[in-house]
Amino acid sequence: MRFIPATCEQRDEMLRAVGCESVDELFADVPGPALLNKELDIPHGFTEMELAAHLRSLAEANIPASRLVSFVGAGCYDHYIPSVVDHVISRPEFFTAYTPYQPEVSQGTLQAIYEYQSMICALTGMDVANASMYDGATAFVEAALMACRVTKRNKVLVLGMVNPEWLDVLGTYSDSGLFEIEATEADAATSAEQLRTLVGPDTAAILMTSPNFVGVLEDITGLAEVAHGAGALLVVGSNPILLGVIEPPGALGADIVVGEGQPLGSPMSFGGPGFGFFACRDKHVRQMPGRLVGRGVDVDGDTAYVLTLSTREQHIRREKATSNICSNHALNAMAAGVYLAAVGSEGLRSIATTSIARAHYLRDELIKTGKFTAPWELPFGNEFALVYDGDTAQMYDTMFDKGYIAGIVLETEEGEPDLVLFAVTEQRTRAQIDAFVREVQSL
Amino acid sequence: MSHPSDRVYSKDHEWVMVDGDIATVGISHFAQDQLGEVVYIELPESGDAIVAGDTFGEIESVKSVSELYAPVTGEIIEVNDALGDSPETVNSDPHGEGWMLKIRVADSAQVDDLMSSEEYDAFVTES
Amino acid sequence: MTSRANGVPSSVPSTGPRASIFDLGSPESRCVLAPDPDVPFDGLESLLGSAARIIPPTLPHVTELEIMRHYAHLAEMNFGVDSGFYPLGSCTMKYNPRINEDACRLEGFAGLHPYQPVHSVQGALALMVGLQEALGEISGLPAVSLQPAAGAHGELSALMCFRAAHTASGNPRSKVLIPDTAHGTNPASVAMCGYQTVTIPSNADGHVDLEALKAALDTDVAAFMLTNPNTLGLFDPQILEITAAVHEVGAFAYCDGANLNAILGITRPGDMGFDALHINLHKTFSTPHGGGGPGSGPICVTEPLAQFLPGPLPSRTEEGWYTLTTPQASIGRVRSFYGNFGVLVRAYAYVRALGSEGLKEVAEQAVLSANYLRVRLRDTFDLPYDTMCMHEFVLSGARQKSDYGVRTLDIAKRLLDYGYHPPTIYFPLLVEEALMIEPTETESLAELDAFADALIAIAQEAAETPDLVRSAPFSTPVRRIDEAAAARNPDLRWKPSITE
Repeated sequence: MRFIPATCEQRDEMLRAVGCESVDELFADVPGPALLNKELDIPHGFTEMELAAHLRSLAEANIPASRLVSFVGAGCYDHYIPSVVDHVISRPEFFTAYTPYQPEVSQGTLQAIYEYQSMICALTGMDVANASMYDGATAFVEAALMACRVTKRNKVLVLGMVNPEWLDVLGTYSDSGLFEIEATEADAATSAEQLRTLVGPDTAAILMTSPNFVGVLEDITGLAEVAHGAGALLVVGSNPILLGVIEPPGALGADIVVGEGQPLGSPMSFGGPGFGFFACRDKHVRQMPGRLVGRGVDVDGDTAYVLTLSTREQHIRREKATSNICSNHALNAMAAGVYLAAVGSEGLRSIATTSIARAHYLRDELIKTGKFTAPWELPFGNEFALVYDGDTAQMYDTMFDKGYIAGIVLETEEGEPDLVLFAVTEQRTRAQIDAFVREVQSL
Repeated sequence: MSHPSDRVYSKDHEWVMVDGDIATVGISHFAQDQLGEVVYIELPESGDAIVAGDTFGEIESVKSVSELYAPVTGEIIEVNDALGDSPETVNSDPHGEGWMLKIRVADSAQVDDLMSSEEYDAFVTES
Repeated sequence: MTSRANGVPSSVPSTGPRASIFDLGSPESRCVLAPDPDVPFDGLESLLGSAARIIPPTLPHVTELEIMRHYAHLAEMNFGVDSGFYPLGSCTMKYNPRINEDACRLEGFAGLHPYQPVHSVQGALALMVGLQEALGEISGLPAVSLQPAAGAHGELSALMCFRAAHTASGNPRSKVLIPDTAHGTNPASVAMCGYQTVTIPSNADGHVDLEALKAALDTDVAAFMLTNPNTLGLFDPQILEITAAVHEVGAFAYCDGANLNAILGITRPGDMGFDALHINLHKTFSTPHGGGGPGSGPICVTEPLAQFLPGPLPSRTEEGWYTLTTPQASIGRVRSFYGNFGVLVRAYAYVRALGSEGLKEVAEQAVLSANYLRVRLRDTFDLPYDTMCMHEFVLSGARQKSDYGVRTLDIAKRLLDYGYHPPTIYFPLLVEEALMIEPTETESLAELDAFADALIAIAQEAAETPDLVRSAPFSTPVRRIDEAAAARNPDLRWKPSITE
C-alpha cells in the first residue's frame, strides 16, 4: 500500500523546481559512511486485503479475556463500554487532530476536555483536574514529584500495598535522585497509627491507593490526618468506577487524587492506552503537571475554550517545567467524558453497585466451597484476595482450559500461601459466577 | 514613552526609587512592553532578605516566564499584594501602581551603580 | 469545516450557542444502566459502611441522542488531518490510514487483558516482536522497548538507561548537553532524570557549533541530545564527528526521533553513531494524534545498553514461542504493562502496509515536498537558512513584522480563514517570527500549490490591508481568544450557575 499521491511526472516536476536531478541530491548533507545504501530488511508491503488477513490472523492467535469468563483485574478492568463512546471518538475531526494549539479551530477538543476535567473534579471531589496523564502509575509518580515541589521536601512515604507496578514505576523515577521513597510493609490495610512514627519533617507526602492492590478500602481520613500533622500532602489513587458509590477522596482530606482511567470507556487493549487522571486543590494548581483547558471569551465576547496556565509546561519553562509531559492521552480522556455522560451518576452508581455486590457474592460462594479461605475480613469494593487450599497454579490452568480466568495468582513470600486476586465487573452474570464456583468445587 | 528621571534602572530592567534608606522596586515600561500582557507575578514575602543579583520572583505572560532580579541588597519591608489580583497593573502603570517591593537598603553604594534614565534609555536602544 | 476565504468575509458565521454538556438534558434522562445485582444483597451501606458516598457526583444527565448531537457539534468545530492540510512543523501530520483503526479494534487485540497467560497472547506478542524488529532495523539500533507512552516519556526512559549505565561504571555524571534548537521536552526530561542542562549554541549554518560542543564535553557529561534532522529541518553534516566527540569523553549520543520521517531507509541513527533514539509512532508511523494523544514513544538502543531497557519486553524463544522477560539490569518499569498496545497495532500495520520500499519512498517524498514548498515561498518570506532542507523548513515573518506590523501569529490566524491549519509558529526560538512548515508525503502537489498560493496571498494582504490580517480569523467557530484574561482568572471546570 502507499499513501503518497504524487505521480512520477509530478515528482520530476517538483525535482526540477528545487533544482535537483535526482532524489539522492536531496540528501547531500548525509555523510557517505552514514548512508544506508541498501534496502531495509523489512518485508515488502502488503495490499490492504493481504494486510487485513495478516492482522486478523495475529488477532486470532490470541484468546482474549473478553471472550472468556474473566475475573482478572489488578489495574485493568473489563467494564462494559457503551456503543456511543467509540462512535464519538471515531469522528475524524477529533482523532486526526493534533494538540489544540490553535484554539479557533480546536473548540471541539478543548470543550470536550474541559468537560472531562469537570467530571473528574466531580468524581474525586477536587477543585481542578488536568487534561490527562499517560496512565495511573505515571500520574502517581507525578503526584509524588508535585508534592515535593509544594512542600519543598524530598521524601515520600508509600503504602506497600499499592499496585506493585505503580510501586515499580515510582522506584524507576526515584533513581534520578530527585526524591526518596520509603515503603511500608505490604499489609492488607494500613492504620494511621502505623504511619505516625514514619512521617517526619522531610516527608513530602503519604502516597496511598484506596482500594489498594488487594481491593481493600483504606482509611483515607486517618492517613490524611497523619500527613497533614507532619506538614505533608496526602496523595490518593482511586478507582474511578467505585467513586460512583464511595466517598470522594477530596471530601476526606486528599490533596492530590490520581488514578487509572481505563475503566471509563477504554478497552483493555493488552494494558494500553488507558489514561491517568490527576486532580488537585486550586491553591496548588501552578505546581500541577500536564495541560489544562480553561474557559474564557473571544474578541467578540463569545464563550471560547483555550489551553491555559501553559507557563508550567515544558515548551515554555523547559528544564524548570513541572513535568516533561507533552503528548498526553487526550482521546482516552475524551472517551471517559463520553462514558460518564452516557451513564450519568445513576448509571455509574448501578455499575459500581452491581460490580461490588457480585464481587461479594463470588467471595462468599468461593469460601463456601471449602477450597478458599479468607486471609482477612476488611471492607472492599469489587476486588478481593483469597487463599486457595491446593495447587493454585494447577487450579488456574485447569479453569483457563474450561474458559475462565481465575483472577491472577499473586507472588507471595516463600512459605506463605498463594493469594488469588479476583475482580468482578457488572459484565459477570450471576449464572457465570455460579458456574465458575461449581467448576472450582468439582476440581 | 520614556523612562522617568526620578529614579534609577538596572540592566535587568528593574527601576529603583530611593527615599531615605527605603528603595521601591518595579519593572520598567520597556520590560513590561517586551513581556506583553502580564498574567501572574510571584513575589517574596515581607521580612525576607534579598541580595542584589539574585532572583526574587517571577513574572509571567501567557507564553513566557521571566525571572525578577534584585537590584539592591536589603530586607523586604513591603510587598505590593494588589498585584496578586490584578497583575495587569504592571502593564498599565509600571512606574506607579505597578511597584513590586519596598526594600530597606543595606548598602546605598549599590544604588549609585545603577543607570540614570538617560543611560537606561540608551541601554535599551542598543539592546 | 471552514471554507476558503478571499478577502474580507461579509459576515461572521454564527455557530450558535454551545451549551455545556452539563446544561443539557434533564435529571430524568439517562442512557446506560447496569443490570441489577441479581445476587443476595443488603444494600451498599452494609458492604461499604462509612466509605459509602452520600452525595452523588454531579455528572451530566443526557440521552444518547443528546450526546451524539453535542459531540457532533463539537466535532464540527474541530480541525483534523481529515479536515484539511495540516503542515504543523515537527508534528508530521500525515494521513492516518483507516485499516489501522480497524485493526486495533479487533477483539483479539482490544479484548486482551495484560495479565492473561502468555500462551493466550501469542499473536499480540508476535506483533510486538515484529514491530521491535522493524524499528530496530529502521533505526540501526537493535534493542527496542515499546513501553514508553510518548516521545517525552521515551526521552526520559533513555536518559534513565544512560544514568544506569554510567552508575554501573561508577559515576552517574551530572550534565546533559542540548543544542539551542531543542524541543522543550529535552531539557525537561533532563531535569526529571536529575541532570543539569547545558545549552550548546548553533553555528551560522544552523548546525551544532562543533567547537562549542567539544569545549563543553568532559567526563561529567552524561549525554548529548540532538534532533537530527534538527528543528530547522536541517541534517547536520558533521554528525559523525559529533557522535565521535561525544563518545570520546565516555558520554552517550541521544537522537530525538521526532524528525525520523525524513530519513526512513536513507540513513539510520545507529549508523550516525547514536546510542539511543526515541521514535514518535504518532508522527512517523501514522498513528493518529487524538487531539493531543495517546502517542507512543518506543526507544531503540545499542546492544550494550539493551540490559538497561525498561521491561518486561516480548521476545521470541528458540522454540518459536513468544514470551515476556525483563532485562537483567533493567531500570524497571516506566509505566504500567507493556506500552500503548493499541497504538503499536496501528504502527505495525503501517510498517507492513508500506514495506521496505514504501518506507523509503515516504522519506523521499516528504523531503521533496518540503523543498518544493521552500522554493515556492522563499521569495515571499525570509528564509534564514536557505539551503536544501529535510522534511520541514523554517521561514521567518520578520519582514512582514518590520515592514507592515503584521506578526507571524497574525499570518497563522489568517491561514485559518483560508481553510488551513497553520504551521508551528515561534519555534525554534532561534528564528525570529518563525513559521515551521512540514507538509508530509501524503499531500498532493495541487494541495501544496494551493497552500503556497494562500501564504503568498496573505503576504500580499499584509502589505495592502494589514489590519485585515491582524484581525483574522473571521470564519472560524470562535475568533481570537483573550488568553491573558483566561490565564489571570482561570476557569478550569464547570460549576452550576448561581441563578439555578
